Amino acid sequence: MDPIILFFLFGVLAGIARSPLRLPSQIYDFITLVLLVAIGLKGGVELSKLPFSTLLPQSAAIILMGFLLPLAAYPVLLSLGKFQRADAASIAAHYGSVSVGTFAVAIAYMGANNIAYEEHVALFVVLLEIPAILVGIVLAKGLTKDTQWGKIANEVFLGKGVILLVGGLLIGWISGPEGVESIAPLFVDLFKGVLALFLLEMGLITSTHLGSLKRYGVFLICFGITAPLVFSIVGIFVGLALDLSVGGTAILATLAASASYIAVPAAMRISVPEANPTLSLTASLGITFPFNIVIGIPLYYYLSTYIYGIFN
Amino acid sequence: MNKSMQQLLTIITESVLETSLIKDIERLGAKGHTIMDVRGKGSKGLRSGGWDASANIRIEVICGDTVAESISTYLQEKYYNDYAMVIYTSEVSVLRPEKF
Repeated sequence: MDPIILFFLFGVLAGIARSPLRLPSQIYDFITLVLLVAIGLKGGVELSKLPFSTLLPQSAAIILMGFLLPLAAYPVLLSLGKFQRADAASIAAHYGSVSVGTFAVAIAYMGANNIAYEEHVALFVVLLEIPAILVGIVLAKGLTKDTQWGKIANEVFLGKGVILLVGGLLIGWISGPEGVESIAPLFVDLFKGVLALFLLEMGLITSTHLGSLKRYGVFLICFGITAPLVFSIVGIFVGLALDLSVGGTAILATLAASASYIAVPAAMRISVPEANPTLSLTASLGITFPFNIVIGIPLYYYLSTYIYGIFN
Repeated sequence: MNKSMQQLLTIITESVLETSLIKDIERLGAKGHTIMDVRGKGSKGLRSGGWDASANIRIEVICGDTVAESISTYLQEKYYNDYAMVIYTSEVSVLRPEKF
């Protein structure tokens, strides 16, 4: 098993054992900053090599997927899960959006196994982060005149995750491969070590959400595992339709399967305050995140290879 | 020395509200504020402060009685139902009353 996954499990165990171990919040902020910028830079360098004629249809398809995934999750949560409207909308938004942490682990997995993929997939992270938030707010509130779209846009586009990814993408795109060389020691060479520390903290955070699992019952656990499986298949077919490599398809599958725990919780907290944040975070952090990084990513790669083989 | 009594209004709440709260309290007449990152536990559970969704802030505002009253009434109406929030006031003596 990759040591970074062991760091995650270590964090979970330390948390369950009630160790007072914690990363200072400033360190956590710094680590997420390094990861987001590194992901952006890597993608930006690749973007500089691609023509707009390739990027435009890909981007459109990815954004469409970002709108459809939460719309698919919402009725299930409402009817089968018997959640209130605000909660169903909020959970749907979490699952329609993406987790940068999961994406980083997927990249590390591809790197460790020497699997080639389209490195501009970092652009997809940004594109998938946003639509689900808008869908979630509209599902919870309906389309009314007094929706404060300006405030929401501010929250969505200037939030930590989106702005750092976009900044990294632009800097990578402008500087190109040679330019980025000079800052590679921090953002490329240290990537996995920083990711290991990030996953240690994620393990600690996950452990605090395991306690709420009992309270929210079987449905949430089933949903937290079924939704990523179903969405990963959607991601695989979108990847195939866009003519991505097996590695790129597996990463897109992972993105579709992942659930947000940074951008969406903050946006929902502000725009849909009546939704219970513990519910959505328990699902996305207590179930889906560990499932995806331990079992999901290798599984999505296997499925991508299998389905790719059928169609090619 | 010119001492004067003012209200110290303290708000402990979720970090995610910072931007909108600051707008509110400035609109309601506060001339300044101090913000600290804090963590703790209350009726809404443990707020460990380790990462974004569990982070708390404490906002302190020194102001006159009327401003303190209108800020706490407004925040109570707008946020108490949906957010983890505690507001309390205490009297403090300040040296330069014209600042507040």
